[in-house]
Amino acid sequence: MEPISTISSRTVVLPVSDVDTDQIIPARFLTTTSRDGLGKNLFADWRFAADGSPKNDFALNQPEAHGCSVLVAGRNFGCGSSREHAPWALLDYGIKAVISSEIADIFRSNSLKNGLLPVVVEQDLLEWLLSNPGINVELDIAASQLRLPDGRQVTYPIDDFARYCLLEGIDQLGFLRQHDNDISKFEESRSWTP
Amino acid sequence: MRTNDARTLYEKVWADHIVRPESAKTPAILYIDLHLIHEVTTPQAFTLLRELKLPLRRPDLTLGTMDHSTPTTPVGSLRDIAVVAEGAARQVAQMETNCRDFGLELHGFDSKHRGIVHVIGPELGATQPGKTIVCGDSHTSTHGAFGALAFGIGTTEVGHVMATQCLLQRKAKTLELDIRGALARGVTAKDVILAVIGQIGVDGGTGHVIEYRGDTISAMDMDQRMTVCNMSIEAGARAGMIAPDDTTFEYLHGRPSAPQGADWTAAVKRWRHLATDADAKYDKSISIDASTMQPMVTFGTNPGMVIGVNEPVPDRREPGFLKALDYMQITAGKPLSASAVDVVFIGSCTNSRLSDLQQAADILRGRHIADGVRMLVVPGSQQIKAEAEALGLDEVFRTAGAEWRESGCSMCLGMNGDTVDSGRLSVSTSNRNFEGRQGKGARTILASPSTAAASAVRGHVADPRPFL
Repeated sequence: MEPISTISSRTVVLPVSDVDTDQIIPARFLTTTSRDGLGKNLFADWRFAADGSPKNDFALNQPEAHGCSVLVAGRNFGCGSSREHAPWALLDYGIKAVISSEIADIFRSNSLKNGLLPVVVEQDLLEWLLSNPGINVELDIAASQLRLPDGRQVTYPIDDFARYCLLEGIDQLGFLRQHDNDISKFEESRSWTP
Repeated sequence: MRTNDARTLYEKVWADHIVRPESAKTPAILYIDLHLIHEVTTPQAFTLLRELKLPLRRPDLTLGTMDHSTPTTPVGSLRDIAVVAEGAARQVAQMETNCRDFGLELHGFDSKHRGIVHVIGPELGATQPGKTIVCGDSHTSTHGAFGALAFGIGTTEVGHVMATQCLLQRKAKTLELDIRGALARGVTAKDVILAVIGQIGVDGGTGHVIEYRGDTISAMDMDQRMTVCNMSIEAGARAGMIAPDDTTFEYLHGRPSAPQGADWTAAVKRWRHLATDADAKYDKSISIDASTMQPMVTFGTNPGMVIGVNEPVPDRREPGFLKALDYMQITAGKPLSASAVDVVFIGSCTNSRLSDLQQAADILRGRHIADGVRMLVVPGSQQIKAEAEALGLDEVFRTAGAEWRESGCSMCLGMNGDTVDSGRLSVSTSNRNFEGRQGKGARTILASPSTAAASAVRGHVADPRPFL
């Protein structure tokens, strides 16, 4: 995982609540055995018509969405299936951060492990962001801050450890493996064994 | 007198698995007792182990099966497999190689125990009270029905568990759902959980572990409790749990992976201490009256958009609501009985156990499904398939005009070729009515096995109660 410290981008806005991971990457694309190449099927059924042509009314297909790496979406983004293919697809497409007023637990956890930043803001601010698409935002990972063009600086919640891992580009498996002795001791000391 | 050390079921299981406690700086290291794996969410994790030259730490605590992308037509071996797509065939082949290379037990095509991962764990007795259980699948919450802490994880975390048998976790908040009242005739566990999600919302449980309590829950058998816990994730909850009791112990007793002899006695003694202490506090509590519940059906594109089977579809103006109705081609103000049904699916980790199949068979016995309806019955495991056949249920389904299949996830997510065609309406006993979940453009109504079977007979969404 590459270290990330800031993300600056115009926003692309998806004003839909409860976007589930089946929409982000439909199940028929999960037969892959690799993490790569999922971006082309991101939001496949919302992005493409039956003949494979792009649907012009979908947010990501608008000309001004080109190159945007911050996605703003309605409440409860990423609900449903635990498929990590969802953050893989977003990252492969070029999305580096998702802003919503609520982000589903498993999706958030999966995102942080891949360097996709989940940003939770108050509902009022989300509604403002949804109604002002294409604005330039800056995300400062070290300060846990979202900076808006009008000078507003909003602190968003993020677990300290997850933030540290993002900033350093650290894989959490390394941390777990450092505690191998503790794990062995735990296994030996249990009063019952599974 | 209130004591400070009174704990909930979740807090007890959590505390019993802490290798290293959490701090402001780092999450807890949580030990995992059972890792269930399947072919779709593990290939990239096995690749990671190979890249890092790491062994799988505890193959003895890892149980594999193939369920998501496998066909439900008979398969003798991988050689004659007619897996629908090249990708699925490659994935299944890689699962076999991975399990062989890393030395773990796989219930593959030659195993009589193969089945949906959340069906075979309990069936084998591997799912037990007080265990921590994870799987790269959000419906891992199913196992919470036994008083286990069970939750879905992503593939990176699957790799963490493979390598270290541990996960980095923050403690969740607790949500008590106190569900009381006797269920009316024709109302099932599926109707209860759909009504609950309708009440608390699809994000009502986010950040929380739900504990289901109350006399409605304690009166349920294990199949029903599993149906309830299965859909915890549909309310956004990380996990759903039910305190183990005699019903739990009776279910597990004598199963192949359950403790035997003196170990069994010791285990039951330990399990009896897991229930939430009388003075324990939850972060949030909600009371729910189940006595007035009806058979429930979804009308929209998430499981929270749910009504009683005879109720009119609500009329709301929000864009998301209108978008869902537009996708479903459903009119506000009318009951769903106006909607002709094309496909009925009985199956999935929510409702594919023997009692679910019996519920559907009870409605279909001596009847035939309506013209133009395709009905697929997919048992949750090969063992359930055998049990159902011993009871003659397969004949009931075939005589009624339904297809009787091999076990697997099948039409719940349509990865294996069992799909609903675009624009078609399906009444399904599965767990998700998301857009395209059962196939691109497919429209899904979630319901109980009874309601699904009644709808197959009528050819439109139907109340099962007149059939009982």
